[in-house]
Amino acid sequence: MNKKMLAEEIIRISGTDPKKCMKCGKCSGSCPAYDDMEYHPHQFVSMIINGNVDPLMVSESVYSCLTCFACAERCPRGVEPAKLIEAVRLFKLREKGKNRMSAEDVSAFCDADMPQQAIVSAFRKYAK
Amino acid sequence: MKVTYFPGCTLKNKAKDLDRYARECAEILGITLEEAENWQCCGGVFTTAGDEIATKLSSVRVLKAAKEKGEALVTVCSACHNVVKQTNYAMQNDRSFADKVNRYMADEEPYNGETQIYHYLELLRDVVGFDKLREKVVNPLKGKKIGAYYGCLLLRPGKVMGLDDPENPTVMEELIRALGAEPVVFANRNECCGGYVFAENPELAKKKSTAVLSNAKANGADMVITACPLCKYNLQKSASDVPVVYFTELLAEALGVKESCNE
Ligand code: SF4
Ligand code: SF4
Repeated sequence: MNKKMLAEEIIRISGTDPKKCMKCGKCSGSCPAYDDMEYHPHQFVSMIINGNVDPLMVSESVYSCLTCFACAERCPRGVEPAKLIEAVRLFKLREKGKNRMSAEDVSAFCDADMPQQAIVSAFRKYAK
Repeated sequence: MKVTYFPGCTLKNKAKDLDRYARECAEILGITLEEAENWQCCGGVFTTAGDEIATKLSSVRVLKAAKEKGEALVTVCSACHNVVKQTNYAMQNDRSFADKVNRYMADEEPYNGETQIYHYLELLRDVVGFDKLREKVVNPLKGKKIGAYYGCLLLRPGKVMGLDDPENPTVMEELIRALGAEPVVFANRNECCGGYVFAENPELAKKKSTAVLSNAKANGADMVITACPLCKYNLQKSASDVPVVYFTELLAEALGVKESCNE
């Protein structure tokens, strides 16, 4: 897929319009995972606008997003960067053999107090 | 009044406290939570992608089950609530999504977001009313200073969840007051606990959860309440010693049924 098509596909999956962004940075200012991201929410937005999606596809940043929706809530332009990050993540996971987590991995992080919700949520985010 | 109740997986297992106190207290307040039949797991997190259909069908089915009984749907777990509510919103507002869902379920009656869904806290506030709740309190929690931790899922996205002001919520503080205790408002009450990221980055989750509890403590909270099993898990794993309990436990204590629930 060429760069332009890839960016268009990400935008289509996300259901949001990154071009409405006015580059205020409020999304990144609100992000609780900021320090753990190589590319920050506002960068996701501008890189997708510019068709520069390849670096996002190989970055670990999507997996640091906590889906807390703070960026979406606080974006004054309704861009909702969380939805773009989710779209990149899905695009990666949907490729055959690209699951990030398997059932065997659960024993590594599972303990007696862990709620079922934790495991199903992790699978929703790290596997397809 | 009878409502359809969606407990979700965790309330049947690791978060039994959240479930049994909720049912018992609802009875005292004149509401019967009748568990939906054959419900399935909500999946824990709502996928915002509009082309994700199959992962949202379990939510649609339980919403539809409530519609068929002509009842409102009630959830207690923050995550279930977020997923089911966001799905219902999509069924109401995204025609193309609703159409695809109804095609998947073509042998069933179509569903278009008709069901009224309440989180248990909304049930207390909007259906029972905190004044009526206050009258039923037999064991006021006097002298307790309690921080309400909302996290993300109850509040955001604000325009979809509509539960409270996402930046300055009050429902749990009102609950705490109705139960006779003193609410402690702290800045991190609507900041993320780290969520599912603990599974591959426990340090990040710990950092976020520690920030929440130390902020609650710095503002004078002796205890923190939550409606989310994953928040509770993360917060308890953090480096802080503030106790974290489900809001339903506090409710049961104030209504005088905590012991009988545990028999
Ligand atoms: S949803 Fe993700 S990117 Fe947005 S603020 Fe939360 S952690 Fe950051
Ligand atoms: S908050 Fe919204 S408008 Fe501001 S930089 Fe982020 S995406 Fe752009």
